[in-house]
Amino acid sequence: MKKVGPAIGLLAAILSSFLLAVYFPQSLFAFLLFEASLIAIYYSSVQRHVKLWLGTLVLLWLMPILGFINGYYLEVAIQIGIFVALALGLNIVVGFVGLLNLGFVAFYAIGAYLWAIFGSPQANQFIAGGLFPLSPNWFFVFLLLSIAVGALTGTLLGLPVLRLRGDYLAIVTLGFAEVVRALVNNLDKPVNLTNGPRGISPITKPPLFFQPLLEFTGLKFTEAQLYPLYFYFLILAMVCVIVLVTRRLEDSRIGRAWKAIREDEVAAAAMGVPVVRMKLLGFAVGASFASAVGVLFAAKQVFINPESFTFMESIGVLAMVILGGMGSIPGAVLGATGVTVLNLQLLKGLSLWLNGLRQSGAVLSLPLLGSYPLSQLPVQFEPAKYERMVFGLILILMMIFRPQGILPARQERRK
Amino acid sequence: MALLELRGVSKRFGGLHALTRVSMQLEEGMIASLIGPNGAGKTTLFNTLTGIYRPDEGEMRFLDRSLVGLKPERITGAGISRTFQNIRLFSHMTVLDNVLVGMHARLKTSLPAILLSLKGVYEKEKGARHRAMELIELTGLSRRENEWAHQLSYGEQRRLEIARALAAEPKLLLLDEPTAGMSTSEAQSLMALFKELLGTHVKAILLIEHNMRVVMGISDCVHVLDYGEKIAEGHPDVVRQDPRVIEAYLGQGSWVEHARS
Repeated sequence: MKKVGPAIGLLAAILSSFLLAVYFPQSLFAFLLFEASLIAIYYSSVQRHVKLWLGTLVLLWLMPILGFINGYYLEVAIQIGIFVALALGLNIVVGFVGLLNLGFVAFYAIGAYLWAIFGSPQANQFIAGGLFPLSPNWFFVFLLLSIAVGALTGTLLGLPVLRLRGDYLAIVTLGFAEVVRALVNNLDKPVNLTNGPRGISPITKPPLFFQPLLEFTGLKFTEAQLYPLYFYFLILAMVCVIVLVTRRLEDSRIGRAWKAIREDEVAAAAMGVPVVRMKLLGFAVGASFASAVGVLFAAKQVFINPESFTFMESIGVLAMVILGGMGSIPGAVLGATGVTVLNLQLLKGLSLWLNGLRQSGAVLSLPLLGSYPLSQLPVQFEPAKYERMVFGLILILMMIFRPQGILPARQERRK
Repeated sequence: MALLELRGVSKRFGGLHALTRVSMQLEEGMIASLIGPNGAGKTTLFNTLTGIYRPDEGEMRFLDRSLVGLKPERITGAGISRTFQNIRLFSHMTVLDNVLVGMHARLKTSLPAILLSLKGVYEKEKGARHRAMELIELTGLSRRENEWAHQLSYGEQRRLEIARALAAEPKLLLLDEPTAGMSTSEAQSLMALFKELLGTHVKAILLIEHNMRVVMGISDCVHVLDYGEKIAEGHPDVVRQDPRVIEAYLGQGSWVEHARS
């Protein structure tokens, strides 16, 4: 061990931020510090395996404990996980293959509705026999099935549209997402497939196959405590698999072919890259990730309706990829985390703080401007209302000062 | 049997006759040049040969297989690869990755094998990398393998294009103005490289070239295009005496005189 100092320092920083978050479970600041410790691990100079161990410690042990103390943190972590997975999927299409896809959320919706329809009484509407909802065990079957369905729909959409380039492709993908949303919205008659705008509920949750084991070890959890933890580990596992798959593809002839197509399609074809097939593959892989995440999302939410799959969701995920750095796996992870934290925690936290000020009845007195009772602060000041504006501002500033993203694709190869 | 044989290949863009019934043969072990004034259709012929354009008429046979209607990647697979006149590298990829892309069709690793990271994949990747490094060395780009392609100098980029084309293991190498914008000494070292490639890496080379010193120095056969028609072919010493060739070039500065001096 050559560098013990930085590793111990890092560990101390992680543990202190963790303890802060434990002792001040309501403090947003403490939790943000804890989240930042993960970034610190990524950027630190310690050896790779030390990073891995520290990351495992944070994600597998500290985060669940924290989530047990304050359930909301776990909810935030699950949301982050979902968006990280989506961003990684879109990163393949936009970042690697270089195809602007404005309708990525369509594949997410397809996965979500796949499980929602068959994992709830909804399917009884058009399949006789009262077989539904399917038992929780089917969840994992559908998780695998959704990968195939996502890949298939990705390919089907890709076949007619991949001869289009740039802006034209973007418009078609946007249209595709709207078609999917319109279908889901209107397929409640003549045969009620999707229950239309009323949405579907209750959706079956995944099976608690490990419960006998927990009882055996004497640990007692209520279901309300158990499910968030369960979903947290599920999404964590999913993100790990997606990262692994993406990395392997990136370092293979497939990943190189994708990037070559992004850089120069004609030259790529002239070098023997089957352009259409590789584009379809990229589309299919990205779509299958999104579709699998959709199944998990449906199971977590218990209720879904078309409102969850709007155009703004597609744009949101795209912004995460662009902010993080197109074509970069750490970039997509960081972009998704940053934007989700901003939306769910920072802006909401500021709003709460402002509300607190208003209710405290304090009076702000400025030297020359006179005094101003804070209770008269207009409601329109709430930062949560400016979510999209703050978002847009960040995007504009990024494009001016760091157009390649926060963590752009690296130049040197992994060994 | 000729390696490459074109018979009556024509290509029109609307009313413009870019190529009119061009025929030519290329034997194994040969370096042939394609020359002609600007707009004569040289690059169009390359693009037609490599499947970027489809010929309106005519037949193109390579190793007794028809190339007409094949997609570019299939033609590369059949054993023809090329460089581009206006350099078309993958700018935001490393030098090594650029060369590795050229091996795409030869590196047969399947999607499931890659996802499961099977042992064979690793071996093949290692082999490909090793071969890519050899090509990088051969083209004089040693120790630049981890730089991004756009960071290379102009001359190095031209060399990288050649390395990338060689990675596809072609039998016939098409070079579109490989020495454009190069100094005399750079051009000469490239010529030496071409001669070295012949027999060791490729079976024949066809190059488009404006630099007459290069053309006369290494070509076994010169084909002259003018307004999409082939007006002469033969040994460089014969072609330079051809009155039609001289006529085609007049007004562009008499290159024949230039080459003699």
